Amino acid sequence: MAGEKKGLQLLDFWVSPFGQRCRIALDEKALPYEYLEQDLGNKSELLLRSNPVHKKIPVLLHDGRPVCESLIIVQYIDEAFSSSSGKPPLLPSDPYARAQARFWADYVDKKVYDCGTRLWKTKGEPQQQARKEMVEILKTLEGALGDKPYFGGDEFGFVDVAFVPFTAWFLTYERYGEISVDKECPRLAAWAKRCGERESVNKNLSPPEKVYEFIGTLKKKFGIE
Amino acid sequence: MAGGNGELKLLGMWASPFVTRAKLALHIKGLPYEYVEEDLGNKSALFLSSNPVHKTVPVLIHNGKPICESSVIVQYIDDAFPGVGTPLLPADPYERAVARFWAAYIEDKVVTSWAPVFRVKTDEERDEAARQTLAAVEVLEGALKECSGGKGAFFGGDSVGYVDVLLGGLVSWLKANEPLTGTKLIDATKTPLLAAWMERFCELDVAKAVLQDVDAVVEYAMALRVRLAASSAANN
Repeated sequence: MAGEKKGLQLLDFWVSPFGQRCRIALDEKALPYEYLEQDLGNKSELLLRSNPVHKKIPVLLHDGRPVCESLIIVQYIDEAFSSSSGKPPLLPSDPYARAQARFWADYVDKKVYDCGTRLWKTKGEPQQQARKEMVEILKTLEGALGDKPYFGGDEFGFVDVAFVPFTAWFLTYERYGEISVDKECPRLAAWAKRCGERESVNKNLSPPEKVYEFIGTLKKKFGIE
Repeated sequence: MAGGNGELKLLGMWASPFVTRAKLALHIKGLPYEYVEEDLGNKSALFLSSNPVHKTVPVLIHNGKPICESSVIVQYIDDAFPGVGTPLLPADPYERAVARFWAAYIEDKVVTSWAPVFRVKTDEERDEAARQTLAAVEVLEGALKECSGGKGAFFGGDSVGYVDVLLGGLVSWLKANEPLTGTKLIDATKTPLLAAWMERFCELDVAKAVLQDVDAVVEYAMALRVRLAASSAANN
């Protein structure tokens, strides 16, 4: 295909936790890439052409070829650059450990974002329900973490990448849901802090206050008060 | 030390298309396993301890260790038994990403739109769910063309792959949709490649061994619908 750009480009939106998963994975592998902020209210031709099915970010372009869906992008980064990066793999090599990693990443995908959204979008009974569910979700994830430093064990891995961007949303969940992550899930809070000390995470997560501000803006935009 | 001679046990429910996926993968790989039919109205201790998070079937237990979620199970079978049969996922990272994309599409767009068809109460809601599912099926037609290299054989190319297994698990339900709702989901006049795929898939020995009888699925879904209607009437 003539004219396609060589190397890695990431079509993304600054606050997206899904986009941040990709940024973290790219940095963990020390892979240079071009970050292209997208205007989601006025989607670019490049975005529409690269992800015609969903028209969503993130999209990773590798020598012009698009990879879509954040966890698929993370796995692609892990597999396509496994030998060249010289960094440890994000997914373990043992099949059973891989299955566990995929299960928990899928759990994060199925549960966290949707419940979190209901926390700030709803009021009254539905919000109370969302609050209860979020505490259960966080406790379940804390159970999966156990006493390990990371979900991946001793090494920062796939599930850590999948979940860590949502730690920037804890403050928002806390304020809207009146949940204290520190109190309800201290080991999870400790894990979040530990991850935050990694350069790839520190550099790419949105500051929690910025996330809260962003949600405030969205609520106004949707007329939710 | 992947696979080996470890014991494989599959906890399932005969009608579940997700369980069918796991069975297809095991049969494709020629792996012997013990099948345990679970009574979902009275879940066994083994089942509950093996999948405490979701409490759903299928659960694959290998050497006593449980694996849950049909797509995770299928990938596990592929990873844990590498020397056996043809790999379900291709070797090339980009092709793997494409296969995973369409697998996710089937879950997010086909299954998610479609499931309500069997649960919603009004004809309007059912029609809307059917409409969305049909739209997703049309997109899959394009995917099949892309993945099979224009030949339209299988999503995996010349042989059955990961996406074929995930869609294949749904086949008896895809066929049951017309008698149940009046809508034909895979229509040769609208999605000819998929219709041919379905015929080709059903001819496979593994499919003949594993796919549920369509009439039995129709009967099951009708009984389920009646039960759901009765329980919601009782709750009003």
